[in-house]
This record gives sequence, C-alpha cells and structure tokens, in this order.
Amino acid sequence: MTAISARPTAADPSVQTPPATAESPAAATAGPAAGKQQSLTFAKALTLAMADSMAADDAVVVFGEDVGVLGGVFRITEGLNKRFGQERCFDTPLAESGIVGMAVGMAMNGMKPVVEMQFDAFAYPAFEQVVSHVAKMANRTKGKVRLPMVIRIPYAGGIGGVEHHCDSSEAYYVHTPGLTVLAPSTAVDAYLMLRDAIRSPDPVVFLEPKKLYFAKEDVDIDALRAAYESTAQATSIGRAVIAREGTDATLIAYGPSVPTALAAAEAAAAEGRSLQVIDVRSLVPFDDETVCAAVRRTGRAVVIAEAPGFASVAAEIVARVQERCFHSLAAPVRRVTGFDIPYPAPKLEQHYLPGVDRILDVVDELQWEDQ
Amino acid sequence: MNQLSTPALTQEQMLPSQQPVRLIDESGTAAVGRTYKENYPLPAEQTLLRGYAQLVTGRRINDQASALVRQGRMAVYPSSHGQEACQVAAAMCLADGDWLFPTYRDTVAVMARGVDPVQVMELLRGSWHSGYDPYEHNVATQSTPLATQLLHAVGVAHAAKLKGQDTVVVALCGDGASSEGDFHEALNFAAVFHVPVVFFVQNNEYAISVPLSQQSVAPSLAHKAIGYGMPGERVDGNDLAALLAVLGNAVQRARSGGGPSLVEAHTYRMQSHTNADDASRYRTADEVSAWEPRDPLLRLRTYLLGANLLTEADEGRIAAEAESVAKVLRDGLNADVSVDPQDLFRFVYSEPTPQLLEQAQLLGEELSREGATS
Repeated sequence: MTAISARPTAADPSVQTPPATAESPAAATAGPAAGKQQSLTFAKALTLAMADSMAADDAVVVFGEDVGVLGGVFRITEGLNKRFGQERCFDTPLAESGIVGMAVGMAMNGMKPVVEMQFDAFAYPAFEQVVSHVAKMANRTKGKVRLPMVIRIPYAGGIGGVEHHCDSSEAYYVHTPGLTVLAPSTAVDAYLMLRDAIRSPDPVVFLEPKKLYFAKEDVDIDALRAAYESTAQATSIGRAVIAREGTDATLIAYGPSVPTALAAAEAAAAEGRSLQVIDVRSLVPFDDETVCAAVRRTGRAVVIAEAPGFASVAAEIVARVQERCFHSLAAPVRRVTGFDIPYPAPKLEQHYLPGVDRILDVVDELQWEDQ
Repeated sequence: MNQLSTPALTQEQMLPSQQPVRLIDESGTAAVGRTYKENYPLPAEQTLLRGYAQLVTGRRINDQASALVRQGRMAVYPSSHGQEACQVAAAMCLADGDWLFPTYRDTVAVMARGVDPVQVMELLRGSWHSGYDPYEHNVATQSTPLATQLLHAVGVAHAAKLKGQDTVVVALCGDGASSEGDFHEALNFAAVFHVPVVFFVQNNEYAISVPLSQQSVAPSLAHKAIGYGMPGERVDGNDLAALLAVLGNAVQRARSGGGPSLVEAHTYRMQSHTNADDASRYRTADEVSAWEPRDPLLRLRTYLLGANLLTEADEGRIAAEAESVAKVLRDGLNADVSVDPQDLFRFVYSEPTPQLLEQAQLLGEELSREGATS
C-alpha cells in the first residue's frame, strides 16, 4: 500500500514537541514543569499512553509501518523506538494482514501487541485477520486463548486527505462480535482509553480521529497518570460521558464529531436553546444506560457521525434509543451523518461532513411546535 | 535489523534439491545413489518403527472418522487418507515446547501430537468451533481460512525469540494456500524477522477441484523459498523416513538460530476434499489408482519387514493400538454431546457486555418456557 503522509491541515507547527530524549520520550511531553497544567495534544497523549504502558509492562510491544525510527507518519510512536529499543517498537514489512496476523501469534505467546494501521483504508488488507481471528479466537477456544492486542487506526476525514486516507470504517468493526471498538475525542481520553485498551484482556480496535491529532488541552499529566495507575479496572471501556450539559435536546456523537457537536451546542446556546452533548467514546461495548438516561431527560436526540448513515453506528444508536426511550421522546430521533457516497475529494469534503449548520437545522426540526 | 548475524545463504542453499528427497522408495527399499542438497541420513530404526505405528493409527483415524460421518455422528471430515506420513512427521519432528499450527485437514497430526481425539472432533461434529486447549500441547486451533494461521505461527515464533524461549513452530498448509496473500506475508515476515518457523506445505495436488497446475507454474512450491531469502526443500510426502529427515533438519536449523525454511511434501489426496465433495467430477479413477502403490504405510511396512524390524507380534500390537484410538473416537462420538446454550455468550469477551447479558437472559427465558411446555 502506498501511504501518503498527510498531516492534518489544522496542524499547528508550534504544537510540535521537541525530540524525545534517550531516557524518556515522555519527558518531552511531561516537561520540566510536571505537576502543573500544560498543553497536551491528542497525538502526544497517545504517545504518552504507549510509553507509560510499555514502561509498566514488558509484554507491550509496538509495531507497524514506519513506526520505528520515523515515529509513524503522524509521529504517534515518536521516541518509542529510541527509548525502548528495536525489540519493543519496530517497523514491519509493508503488509497489514501480516502485521495483524503476527500480532495474533505474539498475543498467543504472552505479548501485548499494539499495532498501527497507517490509515483507515489501509487497514482493509488486514480485514480477514481481524474478523476471522482477532475477533473470534477467544470464543473459538472458550476463553483459553485471549488476544490482548490493540489495533490503532488513524481514521475519518476533515484533513484534506486524498482518497483512501479519510474513511470512517467503524461500522465494519462494530459489526464484528468479539472486538472492543473505542473512539476518543479528547486528549485526556486519548491517554486514558489507549491505556485501558492496552490493559484490556480483549482485542481492541482503537479509532483515532486524525483531525483531532493536533488539538490541544491543558492537562496535569502527572495527575492524569497517577489517576490512571490508581485504578485497577478500565474506566472508559463501555462508558459514555456527558461532554456538555443541556436540557432541551441531546446530541450524541463520538470521535471526530464530538467537537462539531460541542460547537453546535455553543451556537444553539447563543440562540437560547440548551443542547446536551454525549460523547459515546466506547462504540462497543455501547453504554445504553448513560445515553438513554440522558435522552429521557431531554426527550429529543440527534445522533451525529461522519460515516455514511446507511446501516451505520448512527443508525444503531437511533434504533437503540428509540426502542428504549419511546415514551420519553417528544420527537423522532434523528441523524446527521455523512452522505451515502465514497468519501469525497478534499475540495468537496466540507459539503460531506456533518457541520454545525446541518446539525442545527435538524435540531430545529425536532417538533418543537408540539411542546 | 532483528536478524542474527548469521552468514547469508547462497542461492544453492536456498534452492530445493532437484528431485524430492526420498530415502525409501516405492518398493520399500532404501533409496541409494541420489544426491540432495543436504545429506539426509535414514532415521533410526526405532524412530521408523514408532513412526509406522503412528501411520497405522493415523490411517485408522481417517477411516473411522469417515465412517462416523456416514453414520451421521459427525457433520463433515476432510480426510488426510494418503497423507498420513506428512501428518505423523509434522508431529514427530517437534519437541514438547514447540508449536504446531494445523489446518482442518490435519486432524491426524493434531492427534499424533497428543491432543485428545474426541476434543479434536468437536470442530467437525459441530459442538464448538474448537474443542481443545491450545496451550495443553502447544497446538493452535485447526485453521479453516487458508494460510491465515501461518502468520500466527510467525507471531508465536517472534514472541518466543523476544522472550528467549527455545521454541520452534511448524506451520502446516496445502498447495492451494500457497496462492493466498497471507502465505506470502507470513514467509516474508518470518524471513525478515529471522524467526524459528518451518513452513510445511502438503502439496496433495488439489485445492478441492483445482489442480496444482492452475495454482502455480513455479518449478516447485519449494522454489518460492528463495524469493524470501530462506531455504526450500522438496520431499516425497509418502516417505516417512524422508519426511522425518527433512523436517528434522529444518526444525534443527530453526532451533539453532538459522531462521525459517519452507518444506514442500509431494503427496496426494486419495479421497474427495470432504464427504460433501465428488472427486470424480474433476479427476480420473486411473489418476487416483496410480497413487495407490505409493501408499506411505505400504512402503514403510515393506521396508521394515525386509529389514526384519517388524515382527508379527509388533503388527498385532500396532493394530491393537490403532483400534483403541478408533474405539475412543467411536465411543466419544456415539455418545450424545451436551452443549450449553449459555456458552454462546460466555466467551465473546472476557466479561459479557450488557447487551450480551440481555441476550443471554432472553435465550434463557425462551429455553425455560420450552422446558416448561415440553
């Protein structure tokens, strides 16, 4: 597969962290002012999660295409090869089925592989391994062979990428029982959820919204790490979170659509409408409880996702909410998704992606006249 | 990169022998006069005798399993009738800590490795997709998708290397699987990472109905090895002595840090792909009968008798051993198997999701209603 090394158009060069030191790439992000609030990008939160996981557990190994010396085309594995050595973070031949298939065997023999698929659409050659083995091995062996492995996939659009670099491929994975499928939307969740994924005894498909890689948050990294390491159980897997409180309607989003939903809520607030935003985070297992409790309070819901809407995760969420919350609903649950077309070329993607206006138009249609 | 500093192999070392290695010919006499790329000594007498007993048991397993399918006790059985020497050799060449990665046709190899015969048959009797604990004998589940297991074998070997384990992995596949992309990726990964895997291709001439000539026009499948920078070797797949020698050599190479290699056994699938197949639609009876004199049991028996290594008492004992395995199979598969419907939900995740708990409850209620009305 030829990978085109695209950087998010939103990337701010000033975000780039200095090169990792031999002792600790984490130090490059943690910096000398550890213990205080500091700027952390989504990308560096992922790097930190892998570095901390590798430091905590010798069984964790990272491999894929260009992840070694280069640090990955998005630099998510930057510094890991240097810090942990060639055996712990290494480049593979350019073959995605090979990467995932080898990870299955390594997981069978006691390792915890974290593999990188370079781009969403370049993960497709690995599809048979993912569907037929990664997802099914534990069930096939009645739990005798568990595969603690993570398949990291930079995914979705909004970065001006060329064809095959912007797919929202989550539906393929969520439709495959046996996979845990996660899609964080914040730097803090990027860290916590990737650590949870690596610690999980089950295989995880970890979807990283490319357009958020260089989004920044102020984080106390030491406190974040300490908080994570003080918990024995995964706190993010199977748990949705309320990203913004609101009372009139609930926007349900995940991954790259969460910031869009938040922007829509902000715009709605200016117009006097209070929108709640749910960040689903964990597509599988799905948190019916949190999502449905939220919708029951507002009585109205719109699901937002970039992927084509037909037979999609958004479609599933609509169905689940409608089945469970019917008597609390004041209007049909709606969806704002990508069109049912192949992901468009860069100059057309703004027409495809769910945006604030399209979301607010649908919110306006939630039968407010019946109130 | 990850490679050991072993000297690069020459092209001669990577190309297979001109002819498949054969140590005992079809008439049952030790073949002499042939030279191969390596010197392959005839295995020790006791090894051959033990191997012969395994061949007889393997043939009995194949016959018994096919009979159980006809009797409706198993859903399907892909027989390795005619390929028993490959099956037995694949198991015999391994040490206890080594791993075997079998396919659906490698039931005899799995049982020869020591896995409980009735547990092995759970796949084919249809009570679960795999019935044994892979860690008990280091035998992976029998792979139904072609060539995918070769990459798992590479991964187990790669982890073994990183952990400093003295482990060799033998990965089985057929001639058809050599066309799959995963075959290529597995051999390439194994070579690049220089891991201890022996890829063992049982070329039985057919992938269901498609003959080898439509699968590959390479000089031999073993010739593919040089393209990955590893040694390839060809062996008569109906000659247990040659198989033990060639596979033993390959396993020893892997164990001593010499990296992966590819072994192609020339053999023949004497029966249909499975009981659901009709081989007469794509090959002639004459073609099949031409392989009958090359039978792996016949050949080794003739050799052992000629060398006064096999007595009448031995034969009686060997037949009784084989029959005892067949009885285990018959008894196990004639007994009704109990399946627990709640197992459907137990192993999909380490902890069932809330959704699976709901579905498990639904099924449980359905079953209790049925139980109440029946």
